[in-house]
Amino acid sequence: MSRRRETILWIARDYLKCTGCRRCEIACSLFHEGWIWPEASRIRVFMLVPGIEIPHFCSQCHDYPCVSACPAGALSVDDRTGAVIVNREKCTGCGVCIRECPGNIPFLHPGDGKAVICDLCGGDPQCVRVCQEAKFNALWAVREEKDGWGSYNRKLFAQTPEEITKDVAINLYGEKGEEWV
Amino acid sequence: MVRGYAGKFLEVDLSSGRIKDVTFSDDILRNFIGGRGLAAKILWDRLGNRWEEIDPLGPENIFLALTGPLTGIYPGSRVCISGKSPQSNGIIGSTLSGEFGNELKCAGYDGVIVTGKAEKPVYLFITDDNAEIRSAEHVWGKEAPETIRILTKEGLELLKKARPGAEKVKEPAIIYCGPAGESRVRTAAVMQKISHAAGYGGYGAVMGSKNLKAIVVKGRKPLPSVASPETVKILLREVERQLLERDRLRRWGTGYGGYEVGARQSSEPVRNWQEEWHDEKRFGGPKFDFRYWVKRYWSDFNCLVACMKIAVVKTGPYKGAITDDPDYEMQAYLGPNLGIFDPDKCIYLSALIDYLGFSGINGGNTLAFAAELYQRGILTKEDLGFELNWGDVEAFERLARMIVKREGIGNILAEGTYRAALKISEMKGVDVTKYAVHVKGVEVGAHGTRSGLDFNPIAYACSPQCGDHTSGVYDAYNDMRIIFFDSAVVCSMCGSPLIWDFYKAVTGWELTDADWCRVLGRRIAHIQRAVLLLGGPDIFWKPEIHDDNPPRFYEPLPSGPYKGKTTDRKTFEDMRKQYYEAIGWDERGIPKSSVLKELGLEDVDKALDKVRKQ
Repeated sequence: MSRRRETILWIARDYLKCTGCRRCEIACSLFHEGWIWPEASRIRVFMLVPGIEIPHFCSQCHDYPCVSACPAGALSVDDRTGAVIVNREKCTGCGVCIRECPGNIPFLHPGDGKAVICDLCGGDPQCVRVCQEAKFNALWAVREEKDGWGSYNRKLFAQTPEEITKDVAINLYGEKGEEWV
Repeated sequence: MVRGYAGKFLEVDLSSGRIKDVTFSDDILRNFIGGRGLAAKILWDRLGNRWEEIDPLGPENIFLALTGPLTGIYPGSRVCISGKSPQSNGIIGSTLSGEFGNELKCAGYDGVIVTGKAEKPVYLFITDDNAEIRSAEHVWGKEAPETIRILTKEGLELLKKARPGAEKVKEPAIIYCGPAGESRVRTAAVMQKISHAAGYGGYGAVMGSKNLKAIVVKGRKPLPSVASPETVKILLREVERQLLERDRLRRWGTGYGGYEVGARQSSEPVRNWQEEWHDEKRFGGPKFDFRYWVKRYWSDFNCLVACMKIAVVKTGPYKGAITDDPDYEMQAYLGPNLGIFDPDKCIYLSALIDYLGFSGINGGNTLAFAAELYQRGILTKEDLGFELNWGDVEAFERLARMIVKREGIGNILAEGTYRAALKISEMKGVDVTKYAVHVKGVEVGAHGTRSGLDFNPIAYACSPQCGDHTSGVYDAYNDMRIIFFDSAVVCSMCGSPLIWDFYKAVTGWELTDADWCRVLGRRIAHIQRAVLLLGGPDIFWKPEIHDDNPPRFYEPLPSGPYKGKTTDRKTFEDMRKQYYEAIGWDERGIPKSSVLKELGLEDVDKALDKVRKQ
């Protein structure tokens, strides 16, 4: 009997095309916080080198190390989207999820100090919407097999902003990029 | 509570090291908004009664970095830099894009007011409702990349201290002056990132004169709350929809101008404006686009226009040069205007000028002025130490570095084109001011008036911002709108007629286009006009002489399809007369008492008495 393959929603990303407009941060915070609050956005654009803008957000590792590490049991995986959901009642803001994330992607909310992780807006990610609207195409949403080919690669996107910056700077700026990082 | 504003300004006295918060009444904010308007108000209130005595490069000048109520919320985040201008001796509102404005508001401040002078180089580090003065001795003398690297690293370490653990903190925004500002070069810009400049006004030199290398800011709060958030969200989407239609601006930025403005409009500076036409197709947009642009859409906070592009030279002797487009003004001023038609060299020079914190427009103008004097044999190899031929990028680099270090002839050219022209005229016993392409000490933007296809004959001559191409005037009504963009502090490239609705939804205050153009904007323009007429301490402008175009703009165009055309003096004089009448100035160009009183500017009126008596 063949079983239907489980899928997840994933935000594909092209760092080389990020313009640094940070409208993803604006859309994210408008959706989740009700107002423009870049520091509370689930997607954060780092610009450690001018012109090298890196949208930094959850890459939904196949093994979800943050979820299994959470001592408060505050993290779970959404069945439908595969997003990591933070139970804000349970979260103690201990920061273990940040440490366990290979890219140190989660962060503590500037307001209440609880962990912040991309929840894919429940299936219609707002960051993708504005990036697509602007035709920048740095972010787009895809449905992928949860455990199929490519699922391990997702974890490779869980890198620190410094690591990603280095690669993108060299790609765009060549040897000068090495001097910058 | 005032909506759209963070609610307070940071005031720092660098002489005493005192830091305090200051506020302005709702009435002042309502009338002067922020940015350029508020700068005019602050500077007039504090320095107006002794304006002529204030040395723009002395400790008594005030350096302002102001946001506005729309900054960060309306597309195209900017910050407005101002003070008494070391170029015009008046007030110029000089805006530059980047995240500084929105970061400052998220830190709880609407602006920074810097007075006095630090004993040693310092920078300001601003976080949520907090600021400190830190030593900048280790970054003094450093060019842009090194300055940004050091201050970003240091800023991140400081921010990290407050947030231990594995969490990644985001970098702060930085405005800074380069070596040009440190040397008080009057054409020094205030910079952000590697290439964003507030060039007009010479405020990099004001930073340098205060020993202020940079202001570094990171805010962790939301942007200030607004009066009608739901309306703002709807308007934001509608403005974005309009901006998305500007496909050419988005696609090409202004980086396709270097060819088109010369070839089609005959209004691009070529060899210090001796010509305004060229048909050099190798200097065309697609060349920049496909050979150099590694990022075709580059923006700052909340901007989907993305008119900037990142250019990198990947091969040859200029390999490794990185800058934006260059945008049209840089293409023109550091290209054809220096006799350079090779994009490699233009990008190289553009990056260099930016890294030195030297204004590409103003400084590029001065470089070309020097080259014309060399061409005419007025400046010689002995004066310069080398030959300065058109198109010789190495020679221009050498001269730029001499200016920035104020070495030799560079020390004279560091005073800007007009002041240098006065000195060189004296030195050489020949009048070289006719080769100085400036209006009231501000080198003009890269748009000529002679072909009749670009700027109108009074655009620069009657502008309170003088040579600033972003603030040209026309009819004393429509030209007031730019003052609003500079006061609400958003990018004028993101302009929309919906901005008044946007302003109301943000602040809760009603403001119509007509009210702005007739009263509020005009009031700001009048303060700017008054201080321009008061001027000093080194140069005083007389409208009958200085409300005019550079002499070159009356020479016939020597080449191209508009050969022989020039700015018609009679048309110019008629337009100037009409402009004076329309805005409310007398036949000598001095604001009328009745108009100033109507605008509630009694003290300005009183101060202008001495100008009227001259």
